Amino acid sequence: MAGVWVFAETVDGTPAPVVLELLTKARSLGETTAVALGPGASKSAATLGKYGAKKVYVHEDAAFRDVLATPAVDLLARLVEKDQPDLVIFGMTYDGRDVASRLSARLGTALIANATDITSKDGGWAIVSPMFGGSLLVTTVPKTKGPALVLIRPKAVTAEPATTAAATQVETLTDPVDTSKPVARVLRRETEKASGPKLEDAAIIVSGGRGLGAPENFKMLDELAAELGAAVGASRAVVDAGWKPYSFQIGQTGKTVKPKVYIAIGISGAMQHTVGMKGAKTIIAINKDPEAPIFKLADLGVVGDVHKIVPQLILEVRSRKGK
Amino acid sequence: MNVLVCVKQIPDPNAPGKLDPQTKRLVREGVDLVLDPGDEHGVEAGLQLVEKDAGEVTVISMGPPKAVDAIRRALAMGAHRGILVTDPALENSDAISTARAIAAAIKGQSYDLIICGTESTDGSSGAVPAQLAELLGLPLLSFAKKLEVAQGKAVIDRQTDDGYDVVEAPLPAVVTVTGGINEARYPALRGIMQAKNKEVKQVGLGDIGLEGKAGKAALTQEVVDATPAEARKAGEVVEDKGEGAKRVADFLKELKVI
Repeated sequence: MAGVWVFAETVDGTPAPVVLELLTKARSLGETTAVALGPGASKSAATLGKYGAKKVYVHEDAAFRDVLATPAVDLLARLVEKDQPDLVIFGMTYDGRDVASRLSARLGTALIANATDITSKDGGWAIVSPMFGGSLLVTTVPKTKGPALVLIRPKAVTAEPATTAAATQVETLTDPVDTSKPVARVLRRETEKASGPKLEDAAIIVSGGRGLGAPENFKMLDELAAELGAAVGASRAVVDAGWKPYSFQIGQTGKTVKPKVYIAIGISGAMQHTVGMKGAKTIIAINKDPEAPIFKLADLGVVGDVHKIVPQLILEVRSRKGK
Repeated sequence: MNVLVCVKQIPDPNAPGKLDPQTKRLVREGVDLVLDPGDEHGVEAGLQLVEKDAGEVTVISMGPPKAVDAIRRALAMGAHRGILVTDPALENSDAISTARAIAAAIKGQSYDLIICGTESTDGSSGAVPAQLAELLGLPLLSFAKKLEVAQGKAVIDRQTDDGYDVVEAPLPAVVTVTGGINEARYPALRGIMQAKNKEVKQVGLGDIGLEGKAGKAALTQEVVDATPAEARKAGEVVEDKGEGAKRVADFLKELKVI
């Protein structure tokens, strides 16, 4: 049986949501091992086991939390050499991408990014990645010896706990972490607070783009979102323009979301954006340009002035909620 | 302070790319090729650093001979010279070959910082900068939305899901920059004229000791299939004549979200 590893990013002992998605995929492909690094990693073992990890490597050294990529790459390279897994899966996250890319250069093995699916094929792997904003699905086969490294996009797989509960073997590692080389070290962490539900978890998302005209017009989106219990998102154009922090960005270089309802306001629908939201169950678009590509995806599109329609919509929603 | 900036020439992102159904490769014919807009921010970041502190910006790219146009664009913005790694054997390279070619081509160059975009706008795998850092044994400061260099160190604000981390590394280092880091300057006519006389060195795999070690000879993966994804169907599009908001609210009610 193939050995399939998952790089299990954890924060204070809680696995990142994408890790549970990766495990769900991994256990359908082979005998699953998770590697959880950093302070609190051992606390995550039970959850990792519940989602299919038969074995969990943990290493609690603070360097895995405080130094970017290199300590994890050193350790993974050693473990991979020892156990020789066939596949190592990472989430397409900030840290996942850095670690997987460095590891591929270290090992000289294939790295396939932006994947949404992996299947076993002729004793190897076939990896599906969307390209050109998701308009094409490209299947890639790794050609190198050693494990294939695959970066899977968040929300590509639906996380489900394993049905058969098997005992999880936890192996705690204590080998010294070398940080004598020049490294990138985290000095401090800053959180930009957003009100309402998190974008990744929200059932409804109200998202704004350049068509809003000015940053202060996001206020009406906040108001609409508050009425709907929705999260607020943004296109790259407005994040690049500094209207909203990056944590609001939805799209190729931002977050991938799959809400029940996605309301795109003043967003033209560039592929860079749509790749992150076209998995929404229902899409509503409001834009003044009837040719905007977003209308090709929308279940309901309204061509008109967002500055008129959104304030009216807030009142309409409010009156319907009263009934 | 000397800065190397890695750039890529890509098909105009406003005219979306296509794959050739037979060869499974990017169709480059008949498509406008441009300097990746993401890389303009890298060039800008490099220029700002040397303007503050003297030194030179060298732009490096790997691609077909006409990729020199992307380098010229960066030179027109103000970069000082260019290096193009070009070799028929590098056609259709994967990320690791690109990283190997760039790492080999900059051997012997003097630099304090290597700046890249976080990912190319066409391929979006974002693997090359970290692979390059690994091959050179350098720290990587990734996803920078702010970059400062002082006292032999680079400090960035690194994007995270819910804010940013302040991260520091000693020089030399590799940095990837996001679109939010700066407003890239537009080349002035004078810059465009000057760019024509700036040096662009072209090197092949033989010149950098990589014959048989990168490109076709070292492919790590193969694209075996490319099919159009199932597209979402467009629904109803209505023009707002005063009833648009009501229509949306009715729809939200139908969807049972209010």
